[in-house]
Amino acid sequence: MSKTLFAPGHTACAGCGQSMAARLVLDAAGPNTIIVNNTGCLEVFSTKYPESSWEVPFIHSLFENAAAVASGVESAIKYLGKADNINIIAQGGDGSSADIGLQALSGMLERGHNILYVCYDNEAYMNTGVQRSGLTPFDTNTTTSPAGIASIGNLRPKKPMPEIANAHGIPYVAVASSGFGQDLQRKVKKALSIKGPKYIQVHAPCPLGWRHETNLTIQVAKLAVETGLYPLIEYENGALSVRRQITPKPVEEYLKTQGRFKHLLNKPEEIKKIQDIADNNIKKYGLRAEAQGV
Amino acid sequence: MKELLEGSMAVAEIVKLCKPGVISAYPITPQTHIVEELAQIVADGHLNAQFVNVESEHSAASVVLGAVATGVRAYTATSSQGLFYMAEVLYNIAGMRLPVIMTTAARAISAPINIWNDHQDVVSLRDAGWIQLHAEDIQEAVDLHLIAYRLGEDKSIMLPVMVCMDGFILTHGMETVDMPTQEQVDKFLPPYKAPYKLDVENPLTLGPLVDPEYYMEARYALNETHKEALALIPKLTAEFAKVFGRTYNGLVEGYQLKDAEKVIVAMGSVCGTIKEVIDELRAKGKKVGLLKITSLRPFPVNAIYDALKSSPKVAVIDRALSLGSFAPLSAEVKAVFFGKTKKPQNISSFVVGMGGRDITKDSIKEIFRLMNGKDKQTEFIDLKPELLKENYE
Repeated sequence: MSKTLFAPGHTACAGCGQSMAARLVLDAAGPNTIIVNNTGCLEVFSTKYPESSWEVPFIHSLFENAAAVASGVESAIKYLGKADNINIIAQGGDGSSADIGLQALSGMLERGHNILYVCYDNEAYMNTGVQRSGLTPFDTNTTTSPAGIASIGNLRPKKPMPEIANAHGIPYVAVASSGFGQDLQRKVKKALSIKGPKYIQVHAPCPLGWRHETNLTIQVAKLAVETGLYPLIEYENGALSVRRQITPKPVEEYLKTQGRFKHLLNKPEEIKKIQDIADNNIKKYGLRAEAQGV
Repeated sequence: MKELLEGSMAVAEIVKLCKPGVISAYPITPQTHIVEELAQIVADGHLNAQFVNVESEHSAASVVLGAVATGVRAYTATSSQGLFYMAEVLYNIAGMRLPVIMTTAARAISAPINIWNDHQDVVSLRDAGWIQLHAEDIQEAVDLHLIAYRLGEDKSIMLPVMVCMDGFILTHGMETVDMPTQEQVDKFLPPYKAPYKLDVENPLTLGPLVDPEYYMEARYALNETHKEALALIPKLTAEFAKVFGRTYNGLVEGYQLKDAEKVIVAMGSVCGTIKEVIDELRAKGKKVGLLKITSLRPFPVNAIYDALKSSPKVAVIDRALSLGSFAPLSAEVKAVFFGKTKKPQNISSFVVGMGGRDITKDSIKEIFRLMNGKDKQTEFIDLKPELLKENYE
């Protein structure tokens, strides 16, 4: 096994989908990479002083400003005349990317910096204890969108971040998954071969927050893709260019693996609503295997 | 060369001569002329820098944080609400020991919204860990930027420095300024050599999680460095005098203090007005003086003690409030003398010029007049009592 740039020995939970994805992203990018990280699980479990898992230059400033700090790093690298040799990756979780850091991210995308932004989407604020974010799925039971007699859980579907990023007119947007490592690494390499701002969103299961067995991380991530709930797509220069085709499985197969959806399992009308979300994705992105390729 | 310049143009020119590689800012009155001029300087090819137009002050501060962390000199400017929106990042920059230099056009804060000058914005940020230097006039604002870069980037300091200049009064006022040459600036200010930076040849982790085993020492070290800055500032201003021929103390400046029976303590452009009043009153035989505070952070405790220990009556002018408590500068000046045997008989506290209300020579004369009796505490000068009557009907 070749040496990884994201050293083991960090304090992530067993089965953490984000730590797997972060390692795959960095190893695909290689040693000439600077990482700018938002506050969140990844920064906390990988940089507890005096240790660090990062074998490349790494900076963490605040919860919501990685995209802006990275803009400063990129401007400095440009000023130093080193822009052609160094990859700059800004990254954060779904909360720091899609909620509190969306403004900084939008600014970074709009200004055209040569930066790859990676959003590790574990669908809630896991670092603070599983609170609902803008990327928490419909009907999910979290600590701030709890299911109860008067509520079925999270009231709204996921914010369409890939489309929001794409609407900035950037050259490359991709959705990837911890369950498809080679596909994730291919997307990272492709993104880094393109000049300008890029956005990759990686579905990253969290056994603690999703309440699934720690040995099921990859399986759970794969089921999200195979049900149509997490379409693996790519936009190049604004147009949908690639999508991973599937033979769709019923969403219930995905939902029943996780405690965060347990309250739905005897409510077929709610499962139907979630199946509709998957069906819409399958139609919208042409995910069904027998459909014509894009 | 001496030129008649608007304050903002003068600041833009001196920043150009300091050669930052990255400039980032978000517009806010009355800071805008500075960054507009710098944008033009870069657009005209007179400065090789990346000018980053951001979507907020939070990102402006984050961009210069990232640039300095990469080993490149950087610059930003803001004011008032913009400074507050930056606040989280400003504390972070100081804690990360990154020598960002920023100009703050001091302005009132909202609500009510008001774009005119006082010190409520900058004084509120006194605990952010930044060194904070206050200019009296445009020449001093220019010179403090040079000192700020040398001071902040000194390997023994590595702290951000905020140069505060009164909004409109200094940013939009015109003054004859002795603008240094590039040769002089290069002699005083060497290129920035970062002792730590983001570098793929030598990977470091900046901004780690620090638990209770280590955190206190990091904050203690910050506080100690402020004390070291107190010692370094006068050395730098002495060196500055040799290159540029202008003499500053850098911490405090006394005006007609010797034998003065009444001394006003103040910061910023009001010191010019106070000096004029002192000249007039001295001509009439009144023993009055001024202690100008240039460095609010670090707070020059010993210099203030030495300057005021023999002054019978002292009045501190605040252009800011700590709502629900003593006016902030007055509280700190009083703390200097707590428990001391040699000290002023009175230390009074006056609040003037909030939200751009003019501080006239009469306002200053009124303060000198009010210093006759007992201590005055947080007494507002030029207040309009007729506006204080409530009527909700």
